[in-house]
Amino acid sequence: MRSPFRPGVVPDAAVLDDHRPLIRSLERRSLIRGGFSLGALVMLTGCDVRRPEAVESALLAISRFNDTVQAWLFDPNKLAPTYPASMILRPPKFNAYYDVTQVKPVNGNSWRLEVSGLVSDKRSWTLSDLQALPQTSIVIKHICVEGWSYIGGWTGVPLRVFLERVGADLRAKYVAFKTADDYPSSIDMASALHPQTLLALQYGGETLADPFGFPMRLRMAVKLGYKNPKWVTAIEVTNSYTGGYWESLGFPWFAGI
Amino acid sequence: MHWINAAVMLVMITSGWGIYDDDVIIRGFHFSPFWRLGDWAAWSLNWHFAGMWFLAVNGLIYLVYGFASGRFREKLLPIRPAELVQTVIDTLHFKIAHEDITVYNAVQKLLYIVVIFAGISQVVTGIAIWKPVQFSGLVSLLGGFQTARVLHFAGMAVIVGFLIVHLALALLVPKTLWAMIAGGPRLRPRDRAKQGHAA
Repeated sequence: MRSPFRPGVVPDAAVLDDHRPLIRSLERRSLIRGGFSLGALVMLTGCDVRRPEAVESALLAISRFNDTVQAWLFDPNKLAPTYPASMILRPPKFNAYYDVTQVKPVNGNSWRLEVSGLVSDKRSWTLSDLQALPQTSIVIKHICVEGWSYIGGWTGVPLRVFLERVGADLRAKYVAFKTADDYPSSIDMASALHPQTLLALQYGGETLADPFGFPMRLRMAVKLGYKNPKWVTAIEVTNSYTGGYWESLGFPWFAGI
Repeated sequence: MHWINAAVMLVMITSGWGIYDDDVIIRGFHFSPFWRLGDWAAWSLNWHFAGMWFLAVNGLIYLVYGFASGRFREKLLPIRPAELVQTVIDTLHFKIAHEDITVYNAVQKLLYIVVIFAGISQVVTGIAIWKPVQFSGLVSLLGGFQTARVLHFAGMAVIVGFLIVHLALALLVPKTLWAMIAGGPRLRPRDRAKQGHAA
């Protein structure tokens, strides 16, 4: 019986002759090889089957919309609840994108804080420079995006005081941070100026311990835990969005609480 | 409205399980990755924070419609304890009366009221754990951040429990399925009046 797949009109034999070298080069082996590289190409796009690109970009668009809503919900005069010093957890809970055993302590004597961007005074700061600024103490709850929380007591320079001291443009959009553990972060100016946002130097009345960001870390009551970079080495006042470590992996940027 | 809610509820529940798994409330109790929406916590969170808008807006329209049209009062009230006991006894004897699917029995009424309240409670506790500083008054009313978080988890458990019963009974009485997809039978005004009277 004639195969139903055979075309009614066959091409001229000369056509087949023209393409004979090409047909000869068709090998099962090269097909398999090609199949593999196609698979590799799919993997190169970093696309997870469970997270198609279209879905991912739609979710990120909504997340950016949520950032706007969160900024609108943020009341710069609303203070987070504070607690008595007796409730401070000692030591605080360690959390980072690596284990506590991998913490690389920073030398407080050679440590410098670089200041850049929209500021009038770009000189770098030593630890004793920071200690000479007015200090504030707060006992606040640390809330992690994962769901756990603890009460901690922090002492340090209000970021607002520091920004005013370096002559920062307080109308700029962002304050960005760089750290010794390669954990970039950035926050909106309104949250940076909140009275419970500190460049923390002490925990529970004592100098910060190594795993918790000695000599200086950001500690803010109005954002989730991951917006609190430790071992801060540079502060930049800027109008360009710089994101952050977890933000680049998909977590929301504003993360206000 | 029902099917938007069904889809969004599934998104909220399964993405919530993904978020839960990062820091469990009940030690040793995890949800397997198969049941979690989002391949890890960041994406579960993004699903959850996207779904919340659809849930809130759709839920609000549903509540406004339910109250304004009198549908809630007509369909869900009153619930008489004797009727409730009788329905439970009947159901246990596999006597599930559903000649008229436009009239809810006492157990249905109670379950629908419970799940509507659970839905509202999820939004309230959700706001509390989303913005515990901006809404610190609400958080202390709920007994603190961790309590609000457990309440949010418990609300999910109530809704999931409802869903299991709801699905099982809908499958037992197949003619409700068509009503759910296409909208229920139209009631003529006279029937509506009669039914309102009988209730």
